[in-house]
Amino acid sequence: MSAADLQALRTTLALAALTTLILLLIGTPLAWWLARTRARAALLLEAVVALPLVLPPTVLGFYMLVALGPKGPIGGLLQSFGLPHLAFTFAGLVFASTLYSLPFMVQPLKDAFAAVGRQMTESAATLRAGPWDRFFSIVVPLSRRGFLSAITLSFAHTVGEFGVVLMVGGNIPGETRVLSIAIYDHAEAMDYASAHLLAGSLLAASFLLLLAVYAINRRYRLVHP
Amino acid sequence: MSIAARFCIDWPGFSLDVDLSIPATGVTALFGPSGSGKTTLLRCVAGFERAPGGLLTLGSEVWQDQTRFLPTHRRAIGCVFQDAALFPHLTVQGNLEFGLRRIAAAERRVSLEQAITLLGIGHLLARKPERLSGGERQRVAIARALAVSPRLLLLDEPLAALDLARKREILPYLEQLHETLQIPVLYVTHAPDEVARLADHLVVLEQGRVFASGALAEVMSRLDLPRGEEDDAGVVLEATAAERDADWHLLRAAVPGGSLWVQDNGVAIGRRLRLRVLARDVSLALTHCDDVSILNLLPGTVTAIAESGHPAARLAQIDIGGTLLLARLTARSVHALDLRAGKRVWAQLKSVAVIE
Repeated sequence: MSAADLQALRTTLALAALTTLILLLIGTPLAWWLARTRARAALLLEAVVALPLVLPPTVLGFYMLVALGPKGPIGGLLQSFGLPHLAFTFAGLVFASTLYSLPFMVQPLKDAFAAVGRQMTESAATLRAGPWDRFFSIVVPLSRRGFLSAITLSFAHTVGEFGVVLMVGGNIPGETRVLSIAIYDHAEAMDYASAHLLAGSLLAASFLLLLAVYAINRRYRLVHP
Repeated sequence: MSIAARFCIDWPGFSLDVDLSIPATGVTALFGPSGSGKTTLLRCVAGFERAPGGLLTLGSEVWQDQTRFLPTHRRAIGCVFQDAALFPHLTVQGNLEFGLRRIAAAERRVSLEQAITLLGIGHLLARKPERLSGGERQRVAIARALAVSPRLLLLDEPLAALDLARKREILPYLEQLHETLQIPVLYVTHAPDEVARLADHLVVLEQGRVFASGALAEVMSRLDLPRGEEDDAGVVLEATAAERDADWHLLRAAVPGGSLWVQDNGVAIGRRLRLRVLARDVSLALTHCDDVSILNLLPGTVTAIAESGHPAARLAQIDIGGTLLLARLTARSVHALDLRAGKRVWAQLKSVAVIE
């Protein structure tokens, strides 16, 4: 693997790891709220969260580019505080990826939280557990499979994104050049050997990751039917 | 000491408006058909539902009033649901310790060993809930609720999900609990036999209102209680074992104003007995009959007669020197014997069940 490709691999992993971490922090309370609320506003929020599932990545990427650029609402705001705008930067990429992979974190978590059931948390409350205590000692352990799915899907989905990255990040080595772009470049340059190496490794890694997740889930299901 | 509860809820299609004062001792049954609000009332007491403007006090402790609302985890309650709601990721031991670990040592009045012994679950501690039978699960749930040394135990139809055999398995434990621990219990149920067996006080709810509230015997002997489809009207009598007839395996149970012969279940003379006499097992005669098979013939006075369900059916209340009985009669018999309030009659009790 060439030095440039290794750099792309590092960028990709850093992007996916950081995005997944941020999603875990944002997605967990969001999914919890969506699973428990009876508010009408939840409907609207759910639709917004699911939007990246149906939207072409280039459409999302285009709007993100506009928003994060120097004249956009987000980039402009940052610049008015003396900060750099986010278009064609790693930070901008993380921002866009977080939005793009949001449903992959929220959906499995929401389903897992809903499956825990109100009676479990009410039971814990009668056993003197406060709200945070209930969440970490009852809800999280009972949602283990949901967390595993959500983390895997968010990570894998971020690794595989192309359209959004191309629009928002461009192709700056060491900054925004990720694996999927590198593969595209190799294929464009008719360097099929390099493309095969990257694409093949990505395929194998994805397959092994999913295999591991299903194996863990299966074991968990056998122990906790 | 008593428990005062006042809640007013107005949801679409359901309303609850209760103002209750119940003694903070013994078992108070919240009884009524489904939709009568008994579970909602219990949920308000637990703090699961916020009824704005509600009031809840336990003795001098205020759990809810105009300005305060103590969240569930700060209320000294123990709660058992219809389906045990054990934590599936913890063993029985883990479930039992969950609450215990979260209360201060000074608050521990019931020890874990005591709860385990009382419910007979010592051999189950290492198991996960999925490896327990329905009855065992419910016993663990009760022990788990006791382990937090509650000052009020809330039981929400704890036997409703179990079959008859499992019910019989749990009932003795509930009775024991009643005798051993001085914890007041609110017991939601729609099963009259559970009420007769366990309750000391009875609150009857109908359409979100309190229909009747008072001592069990007193409320059960009312003529106007909302009755279900089943013909299970009847009274509960507190009696004392007075005399043993060893030849015929019978026991004379003394009640105010008379005594009844019942099957000898081996209790010591002088012990308290709880008897249940169903209205359908009581008939009335104007004279004392010597040539009937019925053992228990008691003289009394009709105090009231009411219509009951079917147009052919009547329910009569008879006063046996201070003890009230109910009798199921036909309207025709009432007419033929000219039965009315004040009439002297002989009550013939075909069957008397010893339930405690």
